[in-house]
Parts: sequence; structure tokens; C-alpha cells
Amino acid sequence: MSAQPAAADILKTAGNLRREVGDGFHDHLVEALYTDAAQIADRAVTRPDAPPRFDLDRAIDRLVTSRTWGFPIMVLLLTGVFWLTIQGANVPSQMLATLLLDTVHPALKDLGAALSFPWWLSGVLFDGAYLAMAWVVSVMLPPMAIFFPMFTLLEDFGYLPRVAFNLDRLFSRAGAHGKQALSMTMGFGCNAAGVVATRVIDSPRERLIAIITNNFAVCNGRWPTLIMVSTIFIGSAVPAALAGLVSALAVVGIAVLGVLLTFAVSWFLSRTMLKGEASVFSLELPPYRPPRILQTLYTSLIDRTIIVLWRAVTMSVPAGIAIWLISNVSLGGQSIAEHLVTGLDGFGWLLGLNGVILVAYIVAIPANEIIIPTVLMLTVLAAGLTGVGEGAGVMFEVESNTTIRDILNAGGWTTLTAVNLMLFSLIHNPCSTTILTIYNETKSKKWTAVATLLPLLLGFAVTLTTATLARALGLV
Amino acid sequence: MTHHTALAARTLADLQPGQAGTIAALHSTGPERRRLMDLGMVPGTRVVAEMHSPLGDPVAYRVRGALVALRAQQARLITLAEPATEVDPS
Amino acid sequence: MTVTDSLSHQSACATCPMNRHLERLGVNMEDWDYVVALAGNPNTGKSTVFNALTGLRQHTGNWPGKTVARAEGGFIYGDKRYKLVDLPGTYSLLAASVDEEIARDFILFGQPDVTVVVVDATRLERNLNLALQVLEITDKAVICLNLMDEAKRHGLTIDDRRLARDLGVPVIPTVARRGEGIRELIAMVHDVATGEVKPRPHRIPATQDDSLNRAVERLTGQIQAAFPGLPNARWVALRLLDGDAQIERAIRDGSLGDLSRGTEPQSVADRLMVAEVHA
Repeated sequence: MSAQPAAADILKTAGNLRREVGDGFHDHLVEALYTDAAQIADRAVTRPDAPPRFDLDRAIDRLVTSRTWGFPIMVLLLTGVFWLTIQGANVPSQMLATLLLDTVHPALKDLGAALSFPWWLSGVLFDGAYLAMAWVVSVMLPPMAIFFPMFTLLEDFGYLPRVAFNLDRLFSRAGAHGKQALSMTMGFGCNAAGVVATRVIDSPRERLIAIITNNFAVCNGRWPTLIMVSTIFIGSAVPAALAGLVSALAVVGIAVLGVLLTFAVSWFLSRTMLKGEASVFSLELPPYRPPRILQTLYTSLIDRTIIVLWRAVTMSVPAGIAIWLISNVSLGGQSIAEHLVTGLDGFGWLLGLNGVILVAYIVAIPANEIIIPTVLMLTVLAAGLTGVGEGAGVMFEVESNTTIRDILNAGGWTTLTAVNLMLFSLIHNPCSTTILTIYNETKSKKWTAVATLLPLLLGFAVTLTTATLARALGLV
Repeated sequence: MTHHTALAARTLADLQPGQAGTIAALHSTGPERRRLMDLGMVPGTRVVAEMHSPLGDPVAYRVRGALVALRAQQARLITLAEPATEVDPS
Repeated sequence: MTVTDSLSHQSACATCPMNRHLERLGVNMEDWDYVVALAGNPNTGKSTVFNALTGLRQHTGNWPGKTVARAEGGFIYGDKRYKLVDLPGTYSLLAASVDEEIARDFILFGQPDVTVVVVDATRLERNLNLALQVLEITDKAVICLNLMDEAKRHGLTIDDRRLARDLGVPVIPTVARRGEGIRELIAMVHDVATGEVKPRPHRIPATQDDSLNRAVERLTGQIQAAFPGLPNARWVALRLLDGDAQIERAIRDGSLGDLSRGTEPQSVADRLMVAEVHA
């Protein structure tokens, strides 16, 4: 082929010329490009004769990055988003729960009876698979449907890069990038979404740090556990007048601890496993754009609903089936669940938790939302309580906190259990959707394993420490 | 305002909000240099420091119509050609 | 029955030798007539343009072998089906990052029928850097001058005709989020794809340094001689002098040669003849 010698010639000439021309070529090329661009733009663009009297965009920028107002505005906005999410999701969550759990579930059981399903089929399908899915939907759907559209609005408006801009100094000290603030905030809605959000970070090293630490942002699915445990055990330990405030502060405290851990672990990773050349910092602040509010809310709402439903089906259904099976399949006179609970009780005690909690966390890897119902069900099962719950393998929740407290106390819970559960809820492995997302984003088994195990091992270490300390100090 | 010895060249990091300068040279190398140039920061470019982060770092610079944030360690490697000029903040 | 007849039931793209490159880049051209690439700086409303063009007919995946997302979609205009591929938002095509490599590779090797460069009207000067580079690589480009409403809000007036004259390619002002200008954009994409409009893009003038310019000329000439029909010999020369390893490899393994052969007249019959030679 005559092309080959010609190709070699070209490369040779190019090599020689490059040596002659030296390193400056790239610079000259880009300069030529921009000189050209400037001239063309100059001819095409006409600016107003006099600068505008008041530049709104610049005024907003001055305000949101100012020494005095920058941080307060940021805290206010983000707190506002969280508060609106929790408050706004309350009623819809309850409505969904009433519908899916109190109405549809019994109807399904009746249907099963009418179709003469054997007890185990009705159990696996309706008590296991359906219930888990229903829990996830009623707990997750309303908060996600509120949090994410609001977040998308902030993003479309152009405010989020300013958040990265404001917080970058903190992150750079920890060896990370300011944009991690964004993926972290997203993580408070849903960790899987937070992991996807790390795409805005260009440098692979900094992106991995953001991915691995994203789990320390307390996602929507974990809030109910924290709130319930805090109200029942922490709030009740103080005078009734302060109970509400203290239990709320405890939850906030956990969230703040999560943020601190994010920085600490980022720092640790950038000094050890992810030590590397400093990456090129790059952050552009795009112009502000008036968001199309209704359109964004609508699109975001649809997107999020679909994602939640997908996850509810693919992840929680298998979990529900597993939960029902281990509770109803017996080996040697006891259900598998009871075996597991007893087997893990020792390790659980060391961690200031118990076997029930550990088993619940294992089966709830797919979805943090079902921790509470699973814990309640397993406690009733393991402790052989009667008059509560709906049977083996049927997850449940009760309206009254007093009833919950009674159940848990019967299961041997103490304040230490509650505190450590809150800590463990913050610091444990990501849920299976997140693990899957991490793998999709990194395409690396190694880093997915790190992201999964690091928080878990850290969680063991932390709970072990607090439990040991509490016992050593005679607090428990 | 800006404190530097008479011998040290003025860099982008010396610009206070509202001040403008013209880039003389980029002293960073490799991917860092390329990224800066891709963003339009080449010798001869006029740059305005628009605002500081509340924590002091990074600083947002107006470059060819766009607003780009740079950390001090990056800005220190970009030298300026002429004394900084004040820019009418409006 | 002529060769053309027997293959007329397949879309023009499926039989094109470029299809091989497109397949490697993960684009399936089975049901489509033309492929359109969408390029632009980050934050130019490119995804809004993408959504406006494709509506709900889109899906996201990844670029083959990379963890960079890719959105693909389609639209129909007249009786032709257009496949739209969203390239990663990049500041430049000088391949300093994975995103830039992907974008560059697609425009150069995938040889889309049209490349639409989305440009932010409020940051024109900065955005033109990428646009000018695209124009060095391909003749078949259309500039989508987006965010015209924002430009207006800031008091800027943009003479899109002047811009089109200076750049040598069509410029369509749009406000993608309101759908304004999208019809005109689609029509222009169609015209460029079918060859009704033949842009003659502006090429960047020489650099400040004369010895550099001479080096570029010399290398360009050599490349043109070895690969006649290559529309972007000068750009290849620029990349070689910049030490672009990928381009060097493309020359060595012959894929650049393929490009030069493949850019001969685009009639179906000619493409088929080229296909037969390669078979």
C-alpha cells in the first residue's frame, strides 16, 4: 500500500518540525484561536452604550459570596430546602402509607384468600415483596419528589456553583474539590443521586473522594430511623418541655457529624489511598438564568418518581421476599431469622447494638427505609411478644411511640442502643442502589468495594468505641 | 492594599475585587496550563477580579465574558503586565 | 436490478463505510438517515437544545469503554430520520481530557453528517474557541446561537448575519428553552446534511510566529499529498505539531487514510463503490 511510506514520512517530518518549533507551539495555537475569536466576537456583538445602571447578576453574586451574607444565605437556603422536604413530605407519606399499607395490603391478602393461595405464597408475595415495596414508596416518594425539584431549581438558576465557590477552601484543605459540596448536598436527598452528581468533578481522584464520602450525607431514607429513635429514646430522657427540641438537635447533630466525617475521611483518603498529584482546579460560575419553575418542577417530579418506583420494585421486592423467608423458614425448630439474631447477638452487644439490629441491617442493604419495620418485626419475633405485630415476616409500624418504646424495651434496648443505632445509621455501608451506582460510575470493583466497606468498618469502630467507653464509664 | 516587594512581579493573586490586569505570562505547566489557556487566559488577555469567596479563596475572575474561579495557588502563577487599574464596579 | 436498487431498502447510513467507525463509537445507524453531533461548551443550554430537538425520543447510556454519559436521540424532518448524539460539554478539542477526546474522536472519525455547535450568546468570545476548532475539523457545521433571551436581558445585540459571514457557516439564533429558533435550526441541519447548503468555514489565520506558520504549511502540504480528499489536512498538521498521540496513531494505523477515502462524493452509488472496495 502506497499509504504506508507516506504515513511514516509525515510522522518523521512532523517530529522534526516539532523539535525545531519547540514547546511553544500549543501556546501559539491557542493564542491564535483566541485572537481570532475576540475579533469575530467584537464585530458581531454590540454592547449597550452606557453600562446598565444596576447589574442584577453582579449584585446577586456580590451578595451570595459576601463575607457577611454569603454563609447565612447558604445555610438558610439549604436548611429551607431540608425543612420544606421534611414538612412537606409528612402528609403525603402518611396518605401513601394509609393507602398502600392499610388499604391495599389487606385487599391483596383477601384476594389471595379468594384465589386460594397457599399461606406461603400469600406470605411471600403480599407480606414480603409487596410490603417492602410499599414501605419504600411511601417513605421515599414524597421527600424525593420535593427535595430534588427544589434542588434542580437552584441548579438551573445557577446558584449551586456559588455554593462550591463559597465552600471550596474547606474542601481544598481536605484535599478535595469545592464541587464536592454539591454532591454531598445531593446525597442528603439520596446517596445514589449524590454519587451521580459527582460527575461535575473533573479530576478522577477528587471524584472518587466525593463518591466514597457521599455515604456520610444522611439520605432521606435514613431520616425516619433517626427521628424515631431520637424521639423515643433521646427525647424521653429529658424534661417533656425540652423533648422536641433535644430530639431534633440530636438528629441535626448526627447530620453535622456526617459532614465532619466527610471532611475527615476526605482528608484521610487524600493522604493515603487517593494520594496523588494535585489535580487541576476548575470551577466556572455560569451566568444566572431565571429558571422555568413550573417546567422544571414537572420534569424533575416525573424523573424522580420513576426512579423511586423503579428502585422500589427492583431492590425492595427481593429484600421483602428475603425478610419473609428468613422469618418463616425454620431450621431445627427455629426460624432462620431467630438463628441469625441469636448468632449475631454477641457481636451486636460488643457494638452496643444487638442481633436484631444487625440482621435488620443485613436484609435492609437494599433499602434503609425498611429498617424500622424490620427491626420491630424481628424484635417481636425474637422476643416472642404476643399481641403486637402481624406475624412472622410481616413488617409493621405503629402509630404510637409509646408502643414502639415498649416493644423495643422488651427487646432489651437501652439508651446506648439508641445512640449507637443513630451512629450506625450514619456510618454504615451504602444501600444496594448506591453500591450499584458507584460501580456504574467508577467501573472499578476495587473502589466500589472500598466505598462499601470503608463506612461499614468505620461504623463498627465507632460503635465499638462508644459502647466500650460507655460501659467503662459505668454509664450503662 | 497590595503588599509586595518591588522585585516580585505582580500576579493575578494581587488583584483586589474590582481591579483589572492584563496577563503577561503563565508560569504553570502541563494540564494546569492547558486548562487555563482553554479558558481564554493567554498572554494579552484582560482579566478582572470580580469577587472573593467569603473564606478568601478562591477568587472569581472575569475572562472573555465568562466568570472563572481560581485558587490563590493558581493565580500566583499568572503574572500581569501592567499596574492594576480600577474598574468601575457598575 | 442495479446495485443501488438492491440496497435501497436499507438506510443510507447502514451501508456507508463510515458505519464501521460509527459502530466502534457505539452508534447504531440501522434506522437512521443522518447522524448529527451536538457540541458546545459546558453550561450553554446544550441539553435544552438536545431536549428541544429530540423531545422524548432519547435515551442515555455511556460512551463505549468510558464512564462518560452519552445522550442519544432522534428526530424526523421531511422524510429523513436524524440521529442526534450529544457530545460531552468541552472547552476545546485539543484533547486534554477524556471528554475532549470523546468529542474530538466523534467529530473526526465518526464524521457526523452535521455538527451543531451550541454557543452561549452571552459569552460569545469564549465559546468561539471551540466553534473555531470544530470548523477546522469539519465543513458541515451549524452554529446554534442559544440563550438569545439572556443576551437581550444583558443588553447585548448580536448580529448573527455578520457572525455567519465571518465564520462561513450558518448561524441560527435560538431560545431553546422556549423552543424559539428550533424549527429553523432543524431546517438548516437538514439543508447542510443534504448538501443544499455548503458551508465554507473560516479557517483560523496564521499564528504570530512565522517559522511556525511555515512549518504548518509544509506539513499540511505533505498530508494533503498523501491523503488527497482529506478536508482537514491543516488541522491534522496542527495536531501533529502539538504532539497529539492519537492523531499520530491514526496516521500510523491507516484510519486517517480511511477518512480521506471516505470523504469522496456522497452519493449512495459512490458510497457503495467504496464499500465494495473495502469488502
